[in-house]
Amino acid sequence: MIDREQVLHVARLARLRLDEEEIEPLARELSAILDHVAHIGELDLDGVAPTSHVVEIEDALRADEPHECLPRAVALAQAPAVSPDGKGFAVPSPQA
Amino acid sequence: MSSADIIALSAAEAAHQIATGALSANDLFEAYRARAQADDLNCFTWLASAGGETGAGAAEDLRERPLAGVPLAVKDLFCTAGIPSQSGSKILAGYEPPYTATAVARLQTAGAPLLGKTNQDEFAMGSSNENSAFGPVLNPWDRERVPGGSSGGSAAAVAAGLAPWALGTDTGGSIRQPAALCGIVGLKPTYGAVSRYGMIAFASSLDQAGPLTRDVTDAALLLKHMVGRDPRDATSLRLPTEIELPGREDLKGVRLGVPAELTGGSGEGDAGGRGADGREAGIEPGVLDAFRAALGLAADLGAEIVETVSLPHAPHALSAYYVLAPAEASSNLARFDGVRYGLRAREGATESDLLEMYERTRHDGFGPEVKRRIMLGTYALSAGYYDAYYGRAQRVRTRIAEDFAGAFAEVDFIVTPTAPTVAFELGSKTDDPLAMYMNDYCTVPMSLAGIPAISIPCGLSDGLPIGLQLAGPAFSENELLDAAYALESALGFDGSLARA
Amino acid sequence: MSELEPVIGLEIHVQLKTRTKMFCGCELSFGEPPNTRTCPVCLGLPGALPVANAQAIHLGLVIGLALGSTLAPRSVFHRKNYFYPDLPKGYQISQYDEPLCGGGSLGEVRIHRVHLEEDAAKLTHVGESGRIHGSHESVVDFNRGGTPLAEIVTEPDLRSAEQASEWLKLLRTTLRQLGVSDVNMEEGSLRCDANISLRPTGSQELGTKTELKNMNSFRFIERGIDAEIARQERILNDGGQVEQETLHYDPNSGAITSLRSKEEAHDYRYFPEPDLVPVRIDEQMLARAQGALVELPAARAERFERELGLSADSARMLAFRAEFGGFFEAALSAQVDVASQVLANWVTVELAGRLGDGVDPTGAHVTPRAIAELAGMVSAKQISVGAARQVLDKLIAEGGDPAEIVQAEGLQSLGDPDELADIVAAALAANPDAATRVREGNAKAIGPIVGHVMRETKGRADGGEVTRLVHEQLGV
Ligand SMILES: [Mg+2]
Ligand SMILES: [Zn+2]
Repeated sequence: MIDREQVLHVARLARLRLDEEEIEPLARELSAILDHVAHIGELDLDGVAPTSHVVEIEDALRADEPHECLPRAVALAQAPAVSPDGKGFAVPSPQA
Repeated sequence: MSSADIIALSAAEAAHQIATGALSANDLFEAYRARAQADDLNCFTWLASAGGETGAGAAEDLRERPLAGVPLAVKDLFCTAGIPSQSGSKILAGYEPPYTATAVARLQTAGAPLLGKTNQDEFAMGSSNENSAFGPVLNPWDRERVPGGSSGGSAAAVAAGLAPWALGTDTGGSIRQPAALCGIVGLKPTYGAVSRYGMIAFASSLDQAGPLTRDVTDAALLLKHMVGRDPRDATSLRLPTEIELPGREDLKGVRLGVPAELTGGSGEGDAGGRGADGREAGIEPGVLDAFRAALGLAADLGAEIVETVSLPHAPHALSAYYVLAPAEASSNLARFDGVRYGLRAREGATESDLLEMYERTRHDGFGPEVKRRIMLGTYALSAGYYDAYYGRAQRVRTRIAEDFAGAFAEVDFIVTPTAPTVAFELGSKTDDPLAMYMNDYCTVPMSLAGIPAISIPCGLSDGLPIGLQLAGPAFSENELLDAAYALESALGFDGSLARA
Repeated sequence: MSELEPVIGLEIHVQLKTRTKMFCGCELSFGEPPNTRTCPVCLGLPGALPVANAQAIHLGLVIGLALGSTLAPRSVFHRKNYFYPDLPKGYQISQYDEPLCGGGSLGEVRIHRVHLEEDAAKLTHVGESGRIHGSHESVVDFNRGGTPLAEIVTEPDLRSAEQASEWLKLLRTTLRQLGVSDVNMEEGSLRCDANISLRPTGSQELGTKTELKNMNSFRFIERGIDAEIARQERILNDGGQVEQETLHYDPNSGAITSLRSKEEAHDYRYFPEPDLVPVRIDEQMLARAQGALVELPAARAERFERELGLSADSARMLAFRAEFGGFFEAALSAQVDVASQVLANWVTVELAGRLGDGVDPTGAHVTPRAIAELAGMVSAKQISVGAARQVLDKLIAEGGDPAEIVQAEGLQSLGDPDELADIVAAALAANPDAATRVREGNAKAIGPIVGHVMRETKGRADGGEVTRLVHEQLGV
């Protein structure tokens, strides 16, 4: 039920490159899983509210008080590429 | 004390020995470190060096603290400052975070030094630990078999005596199932009881940290020092009562509910629970036998076994789970984009093309199961499919929570086998994702309902351990631990074989 | 061919004036060096979790109350999923189908909703001169990432670029008075997108709209919208169809370009943010937000009309230029016997006209009491309007007491009617030609005669009285 085009579309949304030989097996596996999962479509769920969180939590807001920030060297320590001035994260330009 | 004597102690016993001065924290740490260093099960992805930083301070100070210096193995996905925290993924290979997860920091403060980081399925997606970028973990009961997953390294390390206890995480069964397959105790607390801050997320509304230990007392002791509201996790909460060490010896007046949906039809001739499409959950006869025998023991202890309790929507739990968890995961894993940390694909990528950098980085960095779930989750959330998948799954979740609420009006706990099978052979299910997902059949409903559940070893089948799952209402951790303790004492499971 | 009518709705992003970011405790950045205001949360590090800032929610409620919105007792944060280097988590935490506030209006424009979200980081595109290894690179600074934003969405109630820009100014004044934001377009704390479509005048149906992004000054908003209206007009008049797309207006070239290609048509895969729990507004929060409300321009204008009987124009001017409104209310409180509308005219026409654009009367030499007294003297016919204008010039230049100035300059009205009659008679004698023409029915010819009287009286004479006397003496 999921074809090659859909696999490629979803992969693009997820920013995943797929090798040619990955596409067909993924289409097959996803179809099998979705076939199974589709059985929840048979349940009568009219008027049932969706649950996002199972436990109600109060006081989940944060006071507007500052904490200490990371030193820049720490923030950039794991960056795959840093700008030549050493101050920012370097990425390929989206406008290129 | 000889090394063998030291290793024979449970974590609580070792803590007691240190407190009384009979054992030094340093000797304990080194005894375990030596064993962990000789690990041939591939349990660890990082190990503390001798005299290295463990985050708990000097050994002399530990005696005074509640965990007294008993070292802790921690699943790779917990962030530990300056120590590799890779969540079993190539995309995070060598990643060292600048901060430590709240749960780990609390345990370190309570006096548990960090022994090592344990192997796991990549981003906690898996039930066999075969999805790790750092190789599979072997089951100490049989090295041809898997330890379960995703907390497979933590479970195998505790079972094999390479660590006194360990921290794992459970999203749909990832603590309970490997605990069952390795013959140890694993507890998934009420959702929110333990802070998720610093846990590299799989599925945020389901992820929960918990202990993997040799016995129920150790589980209670470790849990006691992990729980609590964390201002950095908006979904964390304060348990209404403190965690106590268990001491109950009988089960008088305790009603144990055995839902037909998760226990193979309770003698109606059906050999296994049936999935929504009739596909068998496939509870093995050996597992059912051990489970039934344990129920007999429970009855002997005074428990009332209630076979009429029903969880009508439980057969749909796995379907709902395999929509909700991948959907959340697809979003949680979007941050691995090669910009701020982790892998960035360079070879073959035109450096100037952002889209190509993203796509190649994620192609190279994620393993097949992670890709599968990202695809599944992205699809389930995409335009036109949300209502049919995500929206419905959330409603099924409501039904499942209602089922449990109804059941707990009649019984104190639900009991099921933890996993449908004993540990299976490496590679036997890797080609069939659905068959692999069936491992979670009995554990996923509790995850969706956010309720606490514990797995304890209840016997062997063909020399391989079997787990019994006890689940209670939200916040019933103390009662659950007490009941598990009573049953554990009566069962008298001997796990020392795996430590040999 | 039928006339086309523009239909415009605005989406405004306002940076909220909190101390810390929306979901972490990093202080907001005002030009700090790059990447010095970050933490695991706003860098999107693995394992980090958001916690919502209570003050941001408070400010969102204040905005909602000010716009007459319905405040949701329960609202939900959603994840808006898309990849971009300025978005560290691969999703923006925003609100979707359960926003903080819904409905309301400001002036003639209805509000669709107000919701909270986090700002993106700053992405700097390195141009040709900054090319690295022969390739284009961009640099990300996460200082701004996570700044709290309120997004205000209007209904498509605007019909011209000018109206849109005027309304946005009203919104800016409103938000500034509330103290919820710096609302500075140049600094980016107020940003505006416009949804624009055209339809045949009189039609109720909406045409296909385009979204014009991030115009960063009032001038550019007007120009951008006008340019887009013109572009759509050309397409429709040529028999073409407008495509639904996101556009960018380049103020330098005047060009409008498409921002996103079609194959990347957005699919944001919204779902409830599982790391946060729904926001529940309790009575305490509501009371606090209500307490923070000040009177807003629209309400003030309405009050000026209703309570003081001011004309709509005066009321609007005084309400929307708050500095004049304040001056006017201070003048009112001087308790001088003068009609409110007369006093309002002295403030909105005479004073504002003399001060010129952008000058705040609060710092001027002339005090509210002085204006009130001056207007009172005119009303009591103690001085003529012309004399009063001279006094006002002096007040603006030097300040002082109007009564003293009138005394010193001898500007009081002529109290004795006989004295004025004599001066009029002398004026008629001095302008016999004009007198003849007035007698013959040429009303305009009266000018030189009145001018003569005014010269003689240094403007103290009441113009109406002079005209009456001229007519009386000439027997017309
Ligand atoms: Mg927005
Ligand atoms: Zn921050």
